[in-house]
Amino acid sequence: MLSVDTLSKTYPGEAGPTAVLKGVSFGLDDGDTMALQGESGSGKSTLLHLIGGLDRADSGRIVIGEDEVTALDDRGRARLRRDSVGIVFQQFNLIPSLTVADNLAFQARLAGRRDTDWDARLTERLGLADHGKKYPEQLSGGQQQRVAIGRALAAKPRLVLADEPTGNLDEDTGERVLDLMLDLVRETGATLLMVTHSAQLAARMNRRLYLERGALSG
Amino acid sequence: MMQAGLHALLSHWWRRPFQLVTLLLGLATATALWSGVQAINTEARASYDRAAQALGAESRDRIVARDGAAINQDDFVALRRAGWLVTPVVDGRVQTENGSIRLLGVDPFTLPGGSLPGDLADTALDLSFLTPPGQVVVSPATADRLAGTDLPPIVRVEGVAPAMGYADIGIAQDLLGLRGQLSYLLVLDDQPLTRPSLDTIAPDLRVREGQGQADLARLTDSFHLNLTAFGLLSFAVGLFIVRGAVGLAFEQRRPVFRTLRALGLSTRALLGLLMAELLVFAVVAGALGIALGYLIATLLLPDVAATLRGLYGASVEGELSIAPVWWLTGLGISVLGTAIAAGSSLWQVARLPLLAPAQPRAWAMARERSMRWQAVAALALAVLAALTGWLGSGLVAGFAMLGALLIAAALALPLILHGALRLGGRMARGPVREWFWADTRQQLPGLSLALMALLLALATNIGVGTMVSSFRLTFTGWLDQRLASELYVTAEDEAQAGDLRAFLEERSRAVLPIFSAEGEIGGLPTEIYGVADHPTYRDNWPILSAQPDVWDRVAEGDGVLINEQLSYRDDLSPGDAIIVSGWQTEVAGIYSDYGNPLAQVLVGMDALDRFEDVRRTEFGVRIDPSETGALTDALIDTFGLSPDAIVDQARLKQMSLSVFERTFAVTGALNVLTLAVAGFAILTSLMTLATMRLPQLAPVWALGLTRGRLARLEMWRALLLAGLTMLLALPVGLLLAWVLLAVINVEAFGWRLPMHLFPGQWVLLMGLSLLAALLASLWPARRIARTPPADMLKVFANER
Repeated sequence: MLSVDTLSKTYPGEAGPTAVLKGVSFGLDDGDTMALQGESGSGKSTLLHLIGGLDRADSGRIVIGEDEVTALDDRGRARLRRDSVGIVFQQFNLIPSLTVADNLAFQARLAGRRDTDWDARLTERLGLADHGKKYPEQLSGGQQQRVAIGRALAAKPRLVLADEPTGNLDEDTGERVLDLMLDLVRETGATLLMVTHSAQLAARMNRRLYLERGALSG
Repeated sequence: MMQAGLHALLSHWWRRPFQLVTLLLGLATATALWSGVQAINTEARASYDRAAQALGAESRDRIVARDGAAINQDDFVALRRAGWLVTPVVDGRVQTENGSIRLLGVDPFTLPGGSLPGDLADTALDLSFLTPPGQVVVSPATADRLAGTDLPPIVRVEGVAPAMGYADIGIAQDLLGLRGQLSYLLVLDDQPLTRPSLDTIAPDLRVREGQGQADLARLTDSFHLNLTAFGLLSFAVGLFIVRGAVGLAFEQRRPVFRTLRALGLSTRALLGLLMAELLVFAVVAGALGIALGYLIATLLLPDVAATLRGLYGASVEGELSIAPVWWLTGLGISVLGTAIAAGSSLWQVARLPLLAPAQPRAWAMARERSMRWQAVAALALAVLAALTGWLGSGLVAGFAMLGALLIAAALALPLILHGALRLGGRMARGPVREWFWADTRQQLPGLSLALMALLLALATNIGVGTMVSSFRLTFTGWLDQRLASELYVTAEDEAQAGDLRAFLEERSRAVLPIFSAEGEIGGLPTEIYGVADHPTYRDNWPILSAQPDVWDRVAEGDGVLINEQLSYRDDLSPGDAIIVSGWQTEVAGIYSDYGNPLAQVLVGMDALDRFEDVRRTEFGVRIDPSETGALTDALIDTFGLSPDAIVDQARLKQMSLSVFERTFAVTGALNVLTLAVAGFAILTSLMTLATMRLPQLAPVWALGLTRGRLARLEMWRALLLAGLTMLLALPVGLLLAWVLLAVINVEAFGWRLPMHLFPGQWVLLMGLSLLAALLASLWPARRIARTPPADMLKVFANER
């Protein structure tokens, strides 16, 4: 389902270019769940961004299903993000001007795949039924992250990318949010790639990858 | 500690130089427009003062003969001996082979200082001026014309009016054939209280009160108030920019303020540093603004001078002199403007809790609660405007009404736009469109100051444009009615007038005497004109309201026609009684009389004989328009009339229209400047918002919208907001036009104009405002389109 092949990325810096990823390769099958771990600055988020088409690799190849992400132009990558990938950020990144209900349905509607029954179930499962008309700023951190998960899954994407989805939440809330996300990912049959610092959370995934200074280890 | 604190505060500006430039330019523009207008006003007023002192201008009281004849020189001597401080003048025309000049004979020994025009006042009048053959002082242009004539030696002096000459009184008496006679005596200031009455010394003489320049300041007050109002409006529009820049800078520095406080800087010290910083900015921007204001004043002053000359006969030098007080006032207004713009931000800092959230928040995310307060203030101001219009009177009340109306509209704008955008969002279909409307609504607080500035500029443009165009349309039609005669001829004296009339009657369809006298109504000076009973008047005169058979009544002496100004001034309607210089009669009708600041009365020719000092020297001539040229030549050949004494209708209309155009050239220029400042306000707001947009746009981009599309939406947003603002500016502008035409004009000039609508102007203005918004949004949109993905990703980075 996901194939990453000898992926490299270098960022320019004041002290010269920094190689963030150095020939990373791995693959994921349909329905797989994988934890991506590593120290700060090891390249976890960069790898996630490249897979999600948010940034371009210097070299290497990423394929999601039939789409070769590394060969797509700006417009093609925008379509990929819309249609095939759901992204959950640590900072939630909800759209402050839209209500909870609108935020939740936003990506599915962008992709032209809105399923109102699924929306309703999702809202119920996420415990957001009473908050549909509120704005993001009126919600707690845990509630906001549940909206972000709902937004990512509303279009039933093939691949869900989560970047420290519980990093801004306390331990209990984080556990509950992760439970919910895993349940919903399993229910939709999506593949999940999650960046996390927590060994405890990583242990709940099928597979684990460890990045160290831009390369896979262990 | 203070130094470290100041360094931390100032470091903000090093990192955001554009914001600093915006702040300084906004403040400089506000100061420039204000101080430019003030410079013009000060210069004009100084000119009136000089004019009021000048000889020949009828500002001072004069002693004249009761029968209108010359005064015996012995009377002057008797008056001086009795303690009257008077100076003699002979006034007449001297004919030469190269045309005539008006010659004023003056007595340098009794003439008060500063009574002579231009450089003549500074020229030492020596013995050659006083003793035969004497000298005639004229302007350089007149000197060229008089070269080779047998007048006494000519002296060229700048500042003397064209076709006018000054000589010693004895020399002038000889030249005018008035030996031992005087035209009038000027009454000087500060007369001794113990002097005997005029009647006891010279019963054949009377005092004629000064006029014209004494009233000049009053007459031109409305014009200057108009300019001041424009200056104030431009200043307010400029302050919107400053308020935006200061508010943003304070919001962005909230974390710094909190940290400085946490590190031990007291609130008082922090406020002191911020005020010192603002003071430096105000002084720098003020100096720049004063320089710009000087430039604006220099560019506009010739038009203002021409307007004042054409409209009021007030002479204003076309050059600007700068007084130190003007510089200081400019700096003062800059500091005051900064204080107004920064007041609420400083207040917030003073009340900032030490543990306040460090994240910048409120600037672009103002709550609806503040909008509700704004709505209450807008409503209160609208009520105040209505009450002022209903109960108030006078020009100041009129402008107060305008001010309240404009501020109310500006305050209501964000609320109305918010509602319109909510409605748009409800009607939108599709996620991107829905997001677009919702996001636009969210941007509103950050853009509202700039949009308010745009609303003010657009409403003023519509209001003033409608007024000027309505005025133009009415004025042109009125000129066609009023200037019905093809030729207007003025004789040099009554003897010549008789010959002239006989000459003209043989060569025209009709000769219409335009005889006039000076009178008073209710103690105020009034022009009295006698009109012949002729179809020219019956068919053309611009009557506004009248009794039946109005012309018959006027011809028979049963009533008079009065101008609109007088009807407003004394609240007179047709049928009301009126006393004109002691003659009790009735108002038979009212006519429009645009451009004339004085009260005017039309009486029948027979009734005119009731008044003293009737001038019977002017005629309107009805002939075939093609014959005006030939008749003009014949008049010059036969009577030696100067070209100034013969005016044809076409030239007069052209002259009147050119006075009109110049009058509004200044208003037009200020209009354009205000609109440009508003455009700049939008640009700066969009650019500052663009720096804060990334966290709002990045999630939408991450969800699948390209940067190009986001950029295009950004431009559509600017166009939408500018378009909506223009739609709201339209009714406000039309209301403004109505106030200008129906309230301000009546108060300032004494006439009310019909309001005409000019949709073509609105379409043009809509196009201009959309263009301004498009241009202002180009750079921010380009910036979004070119934001590297790495910068977008920083929004999602955990380390952010």
